[in-house]
Amino acid sequence: MGATAAIAGLGITEMGKVYGRTASDFAGEAIALALKDAGLQARDVDGLLINANHSQEMAPTLQFSLGFVDLTLLSAMSAFGSTAGSMLAYAAHAIQSGQANVVVCVYADAPLTNGASISESAYGGRDFSAPGFAGLRFAYGDYGPANSMYALALRRHMHLFGTNHDQLGTIAVGQREWALMNPRAQMHKPMTIDDYHASRWVVEPLHLFDCCLVSNGAVAVIVTSAHRARDLRQPPVYLRGFGQCAPGDNARAEREPAVHTGAATSGKLALAQAGIELSDVDVLELYDCYTYTVLVTLEDYGFCEKGEGGAFVADGKLGPGGALPCNTGGGQLSSYYMWGFTPLAEGVIQARGQGGERQVAKHDHVLVSGNGGALNFHSTTILSTREGDARG
Amino acid sequence: MTTTAHAKPVPVPDEASEAFFDGALRGELMLLRCRACATFMSPTAYLGVPPRPRCLSCFSGDLEWAPSSGRATLYSFAIMHQLYDEAFAAEIPYNIAVVETEEGVRLTSQVVDCPNERLEIGMALDVIFERMSDEVAVPKFRPRS
Repeated sequence: MGATAAIAGLGITEMGKVYGRTASDFAGEAIALALKDAGLQARDVDGLLINANHSQEMAPTLQFSLGFVDLTLLSAMSAFGSTAGSMLAYAAHAIQSGQANVVVCVYADAPLTNGASISESAYGGRDFSAPGFAGLRFAYGDYGPANSMYALALRRHMHLFGTNHDQLGTIAVGQREWALMNPRAQMHKPMTIDDYHASRWVVEPLHLFDCCLVSNGAVAVIVTSAHRARDLRQPPVYLRGFGQCAPGDNARAEREPAVHTGAATSGKLALAQAGIELSDVDVLELYDCYTYTVLVTLEDYGFCEKGEGGAFVADGKLGPGGALPCNTGGGQLSSYYMWGFTPLAEGVIQARGQGGERQVAKHDHVLVSGNGGALNFHSTTILSTREGDARG
Repeated sequence: MTTTAHAKPVPVPDEASEAFFDGALRGELMLLRCRACATFMSPTAYLGVPPRPRCLSCFSGDLEWAPSSGRATLYSFAIMHQLYDEAFAAEIPYNIAVVETEEGVRLTSQVVDCPNERLEIGMALDVIFERMSDEVAVPKFRPRS
């Protein structure tokens, strides 16, 4: 492999109930912020990778809306919530091969409209008239984009391993504590474990506080060569390792991706490429569409044995002051929901040492995960403050 | 008999799902089976994605519809508390179930004739068919007596 690539710019728009703007508009603002952050101009951009969720108007024509010309790398990419990691890998490879020099990776979406609830939003999964098998789920009352699928997965884990809500609640409470130190977070109110238990069931066994937020907004990062990044405005965040694993569908009786996710393979690949061990990871930014996603990802990365995730998190080690700082901006549960760009953005902030009040003291290696479908797609990215590590 | 503001959404069989819904009308739970290696499969990976074009085991494209025995066990279940559709208002909280048929196929469905607190992973189930209209029935499962 050629020279390392690095993240040189980060742009985050206002998040949450920000109404009346299109995803393209959010994307444009996030890219402008990221370019300014890096000290680059729009004309420097020769690569654009787009991650659209429900705002398919951007895929892949965002280039036209934003006026970029003669791009040598352009694609709309999707492996749902695991896409950010795949985009970074693609961008890094394009930079290493010389295909492109300054690649923008952007996620934007605008599912929320004023006066409509989340279940009435674009994420509500309400296409009742869908023909054939697509409509069958509604005959069973199986509405919503993913809540029921994660509830089914969590129930399975609880059945096999005795995982309980006190343990899951520790994840939610810890992340809220982090969010209180993040000015960008949508959730500003402290949460106790009693608040967690008292939050309503959405799809049992998922409480409301087991579930992520929904946000309008955008995040963009600028990927360039490590060499070039060193001359730019921000401390480079080196892209040291990538992994991906899509374990396949859930309907095969011999397999159980609901409790054995792609994180196991993806994590090993990324760590090996980065040349580090699990114990070298200082900060974790784990995809957290649900509390359960964090728990099962920790197990599959090997931080604890399969089935012991509940006991592992129960001492609060993921929260502020804990031994394994995780989702230090509050994550999707308590800050904002931008698919894989939520953990990625906070990973960049932590690696740069720009986390302010919530900055983790040792932040040489940050592990960022992505997850999509119902635990069907996984990506891992290792961010580092150093281009390489000399190992004896 | 409860009356709701409007009826539950009735599936609209299309070419790809016709055999499944025809089977449900005559009381058979139709699955996909590979002609090459006899592996049984669910029609879709999960509800909402297109039907499978290829065998999961041998990648053959030669699949046929074949009936399940209708005997299954409960693989997992979730209880829906969130109201998305007024048609379900009277049933909340109701279950969404994943069952595993004797043929080794997981299907999303519902368990009927069983209070939520009696649902238990591993419980034995039999298929039943619930008529939603003159033309459409859907498979559900009930505890084996």
